[in-house]
Amino acid sequence: MAALASWDWSLDGWIVAAGVLSAVAASLLGNFLVLRRLSMLGDAISHAVLPGLAAAFLLTASRQSVPMFLGAVAAGVLTALLTEWIRGSGRVDEGAAMGVVFTSLFALGLVMIVQAADHVDLDPGCVLYGAIELTPLDTTSIGGWNVPRVVVQLAIVLAINLAFVVLFFKELKIAAFDPALATASGLSARAMHYVLMTLVAVTSVASFESVGNILVVAMFVAPAAAAHLLTDRLPTMIVVSAVIAAVSAFAGHVAAIVVPSWFGFGSTSTAGMMAVAAGVLFAAAALFAPRHGVLVRQARHAMLAWKILADDVVALLYRLREQNDAATSVEALHELLLARKASLRVVLAWQQRQGLVVADEGGYRLTERGTGVARLLVRSHRLWEHYLATEAGLPADRIHTQAEQFEHFTDEALRRRLDDETAAPRIDPHGSPIPAEASEEQRE
Amino acid sequence: MIRAAIRGAVVVALLLFATPLSAAPPGDDVDSSAAADRAAWRRVLLLEDYNTRVVLASTTMLGLAAGAVGSFALLRKRALLGDALSHATLPGIGFAFLVVTAAGGDGKALPVLLAGAAASGVLGIGAIMFIRRFTRLKEDAALGIVLSVFFGAGIALLDVSQKLQAGNAAGLESFIYGKVASMSAADARWIAAAGAATLACSLLLFKELKLLCFDDAFAAAAGWPVTFLDSVLMALIVGVTIVGLQSVGLILMVSLLVTPAAAARFWVRRMAPLTVIAAGIGAASGFAGAAASAILPRLPSGAIIVLTATVLFGLSMALGTERGVVVRWLRRREANRRIERQHLLRAAYEILESRGLVEEADPASIPPIELAELLPMRSWSPAALRRIVERCELASLAVLDEQRGLLLTKQGFKAAKRITHEHRLWELYLLTHADIAPSKVDRDADAIEHALEPEMIEELERLLEQRQAVEGVALSPHPVGADDERGPGTDSAGGG
Repeated sequence: MAALASWDWSLDGWIVAAGVLSAVAASLLGNFLVLRRLSMLGDAISHAVLPGLAAAFLLTASRQSVPMFLGAVAAGVLTALLTEWIRGSGRVDEGAAMGVVFTSLFALGLVMIVQAADHVDLDPGCVLYGAIELTPLDTTSIGGWNVPRVVVQLAIVLAINLAFVVLFFKELKIAAFDPALATASGLSARAMHYVLMTLVAVTSVASFESVGNILVVAMFVAPAAAAHLLTDRLPTMIVVSAVIAAVSAFAGHVAAIVVPSWFGFGSTSTAGMMAVAAGVLFAAAALFAPRHGVLVRQARHAMLAWKILADDVVALLYRLREQNDAATSVEALHELLLARKASLRVVLAWQQRQGLVVADEGGYRLTERGTGVARLLVRSHRLWEHYLATEAGLPADRIHTQAEQFEHFTDEALRRRLDDETAAPRIDPHGSPIPAEASEEQRE
Repeated sequence: MIRAAIRGAVVVALLLFATPLSAAPPGDDVDSSAAADRAAWRRVLLLEDYNTRVVLASTTMLGLAAGAVGSFALLRKRALLGDALSHATLPGIGFAFLVVTAAGGDGKALPVLLAGAAASGVLGIGAIMFIRRFTRLKEDAALGIVLSVFFGAGIALLDVSQKLQAGNAAGLESFIYGKVASMSAADARWIAAAGAATLACSLLLFKELKLLCFDDAFAAAAGWPVTFLDSVLMALIVGVTIVGLQSVGLILMVSLLVTPAAAARFWVRRMAPLTVIAAGIGAASGFAGAAASAILPRLPSGAIIVLTATVLFGLSMALGTERGVVVRWLRRREANRRIERQHLLRAAYEILESRGLVEEADPASIPPIELAELLPMRSWSPAALRRIVERCELASLAVLDEQRGLLLTKQGFKAAKRITHEHRLWELYLLTHADIAPSKVDRDADAIEHALEPEMIEELERLLEQRQAVEGVALSPHPVGADDERGPGTDSAGGG
């Protein structure tokens, strides 16, 4: 952490502040972009504002904020309109329409900037990656405080976005989940769409000189997508996405200073690393989210598979003991259950620790406890077979597979119901005895 | 395939003719004197300079390959995949440069950089596939995340390499915006070869890729290796993108994949000519961009290539013979006029019918109908009615006599008879076979009668056993006319 020794709150603090403000502002709108499957429109708009910026430059021959801002917002909204127009009247696929429009506008902007380069200092690179490191240098005075101009600008945009999301929450929600219903109930989903697009343009333009284009695009999509994986409720999703955005902005700046020093390099682009940090957080959410995480889902599947295999092992041991009272080898279990030997050994070792089975004569047999567990499983299985054959009218050759699935999820209450429904049978349709519920046996 | 090629070539030639060097900016943008200006033009147009020739050829080849591959990508709805992919190549470029420079090699050798770009591009596609397959996020979010995060990582890596003492990283950004001027003849040959290989591959697998684009489920059922073909298409997209990085730049590369193909769809429907036209438009854009960049080295070549493609797209969208805006507007106008004519003729026939005058076979004795009588038959304004009557006159279906009114010609009477017959057949069909209420059949039949094919009419007649096609007209199953005057035979036909 030696690299952080040069951390200076009056400089780095402002950089982080600008990053956080822009990231949170973008992520608020991003939720609705992601939900409405418009993520790429954020990307398109933030590219396409370039000719608006350039035109304002060329017309006013200065870097005044207001004309630049208006020009860029106009270009951004134009992107949404043109995409819609080409899609509608040219019957072009939406993605393709978007691709045509934003690349054309961006190319136009590049040419205009190169033409203007002689008399205005505008660099396309600065537009793309921003100059967040220069944030603290350009300050303005507010109430005696010297605050960077960019921070003020971004704070205003964040306030506007926040107000929009809070005030129009209900409308945005309906428009995001069911545009047809929104239109039918008298809200114009179309109007909402264009207001949203305008704010997307405003946010990307405001973030341009400070944090650059990439960071805005990343913040439009990544935090909202991560939040979408973490929660199912929209208000929670919005809050979570804002937190993720803020954390990635902070972590990004720290990483820009620290990470290159591990490899012996100097610091690197803060905006780039903020995007990377957002990506890392997204990856973490995609892998480890409690409900929708990929690894978590895999683990849950694996646990279930283990539990079912363990059930199958004791139930099989029980059935084999009904035929002859000998220990069963792993090979025999492997042949009958078709499970991998390694998994079988792990399951058996675990069950041994649980006191369900004991190793004996090179094989395994059930303990008293194991017999109890197995009897309930076999009872569930055979009750289900009986029920399926007599009540549900399934043919005899199909009841076994069904019962095999149900047996793992059948508790005592359900067994009792099954027992009552089928008039307490003693043997199942295949002729095997149905074991009694453990508690009844003890009573006898 | 040959016919398709000829057709495609004609379209592209027409487009180029219609774009008089739209991409090449006017000469007065150049600071140099007029003589030097002319020399630059000569050098490009007459291909005097060897280096210019090679670069032009390679950029044109790139355009060809991108157009061809792009037409598959577009039909497979993968248009924006190229965007995410090209952005995802940047960290590979930065990483390859850093690693090779640290190992003491030439970090700026083109094969090294492009290998890095390909590796990280493939990684990016893998990430997109992973997100789409295993999370509940949709394609757009997957593209957006990969695009921005990879690009951010790339910027961070480039930033590091630019601060490096060893090795000169200047020029790496030319991959972002594209810079034909920075291309050496060796680079250009390399790029042309890679482009040609991609193009050849897409042509060899033309049939398979076409099947994949139009019906992947059928392809899978018929035993084609769909997953493999899909990866081939992805590999082709990666290939074209890598090839285009240096001249078009990674931000705009997607344009060369999408725009020519989207433009070609305005001209043709079939896949083979579509691919040819897309390749042609791509080649023209590539050529124009490289040429402009040779004349005016200061202009970003990628932007010029894209703007040329955009102009060609705009022209195609306006003028395209298959789905162009103008053609579609003309077609719709013609259809509307035909429908209006048919409405007028049927209204006239029904008036004559209500007077019991249609049985007379001699069309010469048909009396004229006053316009005031026609007006209440439909919700048309007097001005609209007059306009429709004029169009009928032009088609010599009727004659308007200012004193006596509208007089159907022999031809017009025949047409009116046929149209009324078709309308009533459809009404009968709806009544008897589709269980539509009698009060609604007129409106429903109105909507479809203009689109009935002769085979359909025969089928309807057979179905309804109305074998009076040649002479007679089916009877209306409901009251005819604006007022409540009942048409003849209503009761008997209604039961049919």
